[in-house]
Amino acid sequence: MSGDLLLKMELRSDPGMLCVVRAAMEQLTDVFGFSAPETRSVTRAVDEALTNIMRHSYGGQVDRPIEILCQRVPKRPGTGDGFEVLLTDRGPAVDPSKLKGRRLDEIKPGGLGLHFIRQSMDVVEFKREQGANLLQLVKYLKVEKRD
Amino acid sequence: MQISARRMDTTTIFDVSGDIDLANSPEIRKALLKEIKETKTPRVVMNLVKVRYIDSSGVASLVEGLKASRDAGTRFILYGLSPAAREVLQLSRLLKIFEVHDTEEQALA
Repeated sequence: MSGDLLLKMELRSDPGMLCVVRAAMEQLTDVFGFSAPETRSVTRAVDEALTNIMRHSYGGQVDRPIEILCQRVPKRPGTGDGFEVLLTDRGPAVDPSKLKGRRLDEIKPGGLGLHFIRQSMDVVEFKREQGANLLQLVKYLKVEKRD
Repeated sequence: MQISARRMDTTTIFDVSGDIDLANSPEIRKALLKEIKETKTPRVVMNLVKVRYIDSSGVASLVEGLKASRDAGTRFILYGLSPAAREVLQLSRLLKIFEVHDTEEQALA
């Protein structure tokens, strides 16, 4: 663990739990100090990441394990502290090179989840560690500019 | 999420409330496609006033409804978008693709 623990959740891959996680993320990001649009943005990213795990990693099975770890991580130059979300699943290894959102000039039903995630977060990294997929999402607080 | 339908002469209004996500977007998709493809209603309207959140699977269901309506030559209209729903459609560059209104009155005009 590289940061200060804020919240840890363990759940099953049941889509019925998505609203529960969203509610937790909305409150936690607000308490962390994000603005309302940023809160929506981070909540959306986590929700989409969870959805992808449920659909693609676990192929729709509703009883598989997912872990969500939320931590405060150190700031980068020019930012405030970072809000890190680590999502872990035990599905088959993800090939990061195949993780591409679709082009937005195509009017198609799917392929938007990754786009929303990348649009919302400052860091989006996929790793494979000890037989698990690990998705790291980080968003940094803005620093108020001095006049 | 709850969905119910009000049927008038040539129009069906789907009243949706709650969050639209992976848990229930298939239900939206099924209702829309049935109304457009099987019932062949000339105008299908989605009342989203009480929809607080919609994810990419919900957007996908709306896109499928839109495509089906274009194939069937029917109108597919959304109204009452919340800030979150509007944001999601803007991010996916789909806001201008749909016919969107603020109120039911405007949607039925």
